[in-house]
Amino acid sequence: MKYLGIDPQKLKIGVFNFTCCEGCALTLANKEETLVDFLALLDVVSFREISSDKGKDYDIALIEGSISRDDEVERLKQIRAQAKVLVALGTCACYGGVNNLKNHFKIEEAVEIAYGEDKVETSKVRPLSDVVKVDLEIPGCPVSKAEVEKIVVDIVNEADIDLPKYPVCVECRRNMNTCVFDLGMICLGPVTRAGCDAVCTTGGVGCLGCRGPAEDANYESFREILKENGFTVAQAMERINFYNGLPGMVNDES
Amino acid sequence: MMKVDMKIDVHHLARVEGHGDIHIDIKDGKLVKAQWAVVETPRFFEAMLRGQPYDLAPTLASRICGICSITHTLCSLRAVERAMDVEIPPAGRLLRLLAKHAETLQSHILHVFFLAAPDFFGVPSVIPLIKSHPEVVGIAARLKGLANDICDEIAGRTVHPVSLVVGGVSRAPEKEQLKAIRKRIEDCMPDIRATVDLFKTLDIPDFVRETEFVSLKGDNDYPYIGGDLVSTDGVVKPEDDYLAMTNEYKEDFTTSKFARLSRESMAVGALARFNNNYEFLHPEAKEAAAELNLHPVNHNPFMNNVAQVIESLNAMLDCIDVIDQLLEQDLKLDDIKSKVEVKAGTAVGAVEAPRGILYHEYTIDETGHVTGANCIIPTTQNNANIHFDLADLAEWALAQGKDDKEITLLSEMLVRAYDPCISCSVH
Repeated sequence: MKYLGIDPQKLKIGVFNFTCCEGCALTLANKEETLVDFLALLDVVSFREISSDKGKDYDIALIEGSISRDDEVERLKQIRAQAKVLVALGTCACYGGVNNLKNHFKIEEAVEIAYGEDKVETSKVRPLSDVVKVDLEIPGCPVSKAEVEKIVVDIVNEADIDLPKYPVCVECRRNMNTCVFDLGMICLGPVTRAGCDAVCTTGGVGCLGCRGPAEDANYESFREILKENGFTVAQAMERINFYNGLPGMVNDES
Repeated sequence: MMKVDMKIDVHHLARVEGHGDIHIDIKDGKLVKAQWAVVETPRFFEAMLRGQPYDLAPTLASRICGICSITHTLCSLRAVERAMDVEIPPAGRLLRLLAKHAETLQSHILHVFFLAAPDFFGVPSVIPLIKSHPEVVGIAARLKGLANDICDEIAGRTVHPVSLVVGGVSRAPEKEQLKAIRKRIEDCMPDIRATVDLFKTLDIPDFVRETEFVSLKGDNDYPYIGGDLVSTDGVVKPEDDYLAMTNEYKEDFTTSKFARLSRESMAVGALARFNNNYEFLHPEAKEAAAELNLHPVNHNPFMNNVAQVIESLNAMLDCIDVIDQLLEQDLKLDDIKSKVEVKAGTAVGAVEAPRGILYHEYTIDETGHVTGANCIIPTTQNNANIHFDLADLAEWALAQGKDDKEITLLSEMLVRAYDPCISCSVH
């Protein structure tokens, strides 16, 4: 749209992926009814899933996935040099995500298990912030589309960017769910940052902490909750290790 | 024939899931090399699955792929449930099938309209089509929106479902929700019929290379989850013998494995399912196939796009049947999920992903943890076929005097027609 014959400045945006399932990029492409309005605010110069156009000129880089090979380090540094704002999109980019489970194995062991005798180049899995400066982290496996759209609009309008500070339990109660602990399962909701609309607990399964810690996450009272419900810290750690999103919780039981 | 030299290098092919390159070398009018190379970073899920508790294995397996996460979850669930002898209540099975159909529909519509169609309209993406062909984009948006909403309502989420769990389904929709979904599917039937009409007008390359097609074998229905394995060359094997169906091997220039059965390569996917199970399609889907000149056994890889349209129609018709059955049943938690007891065992799950047959095999110990995992992905099974198709396609196009631009586009379209999921193939 033009105003007095002049195109208002559109922010140029690029979507890139590294070691991941591309589920975050696809989540952004889903729900086409809002996609068109969202795209109207932006000039998408690089989004390989949906377009063969390859622009090199972008202001915001949305980056999905973690880093697990040397060529990815170089590619990420090039994107950092170009982007004014670099956003880590999703749990893999923010914390390593499920890819981090590979780090429980020696590199040679992981290669041997998945590829046998074949040689495959790979390295330890790292979140983006271990390689370059990250301006903003939007966690989630996958990200919440509504949240990403809101944040991008905030960037366009130079408004303050806020992720919820409270834990998933707040949203879960608002959805009037039965507590997952009362259903006999472990849930990391009490210490995990909300903003997902408690999608997992509403679906009847425990939270796995994909959105990282809530502000002032109270691990001591979480230990109490585990104990009251007959779970060990080791059982909770098995779930925390799934996304590597809650580094504040440590196993102090022997 | 003209003496021509051509070097085609497509780096990180667009509008496919994941990173892959095409290399074609032609010297003096003769094909020297045609390669399809997957360059995506491998992720080692077979290692990562080791040590996971049985209930988290499907949650992890889902993360192999953002597009077909429901299929990976269902395939992983089937492996876990067969290993631990868990039975799924009938209503739980029906709800899973509904989620499966919705994913097939959303994946096929995404592929047909957003990934493949821009080539037929001569544009780089669907974005210019919003202005030039709003009616086409409207059809795509409505069908994909429908499919996404069914995934959300039945599985809790489209990308990485939450309520498909060991034993069945952890949350049932309300009957009113099911009725509303049924009505929306009926309202969208004109859109899928318009899609069939649209495909009548598209100029699909008339390229043929004889191929062995592999899929699940239907007994009474078009197959989606579990059962025997079949090929158009007459091979039939039980689900547990999947390794004899895939025969993986590795080539130096790609991080993904190749596969073969009776020939140097084989194909899986919508066209393979259609070729093997045509008789089980809804009569209306058969009619649409005839209108689009798709008859079994069809050996044109570009017709995979058409087979996806036919399967989309078939999935919508089947969704209505499934919902009608669900509306007659109780959907309390006991009706949709069975009690699970940990048991050691090893088993295979075979499920038809949108892009072709998918296998997960797990060994579970007496504590309920995965001690071994193997996953064979549809794109891995197609990689070799794409590779050999490219060589034939380049020669076929050269013989027709096509230039390097046209051959590049045809090669890109060929790879896209297989709807490769490269992230999956380097799981």
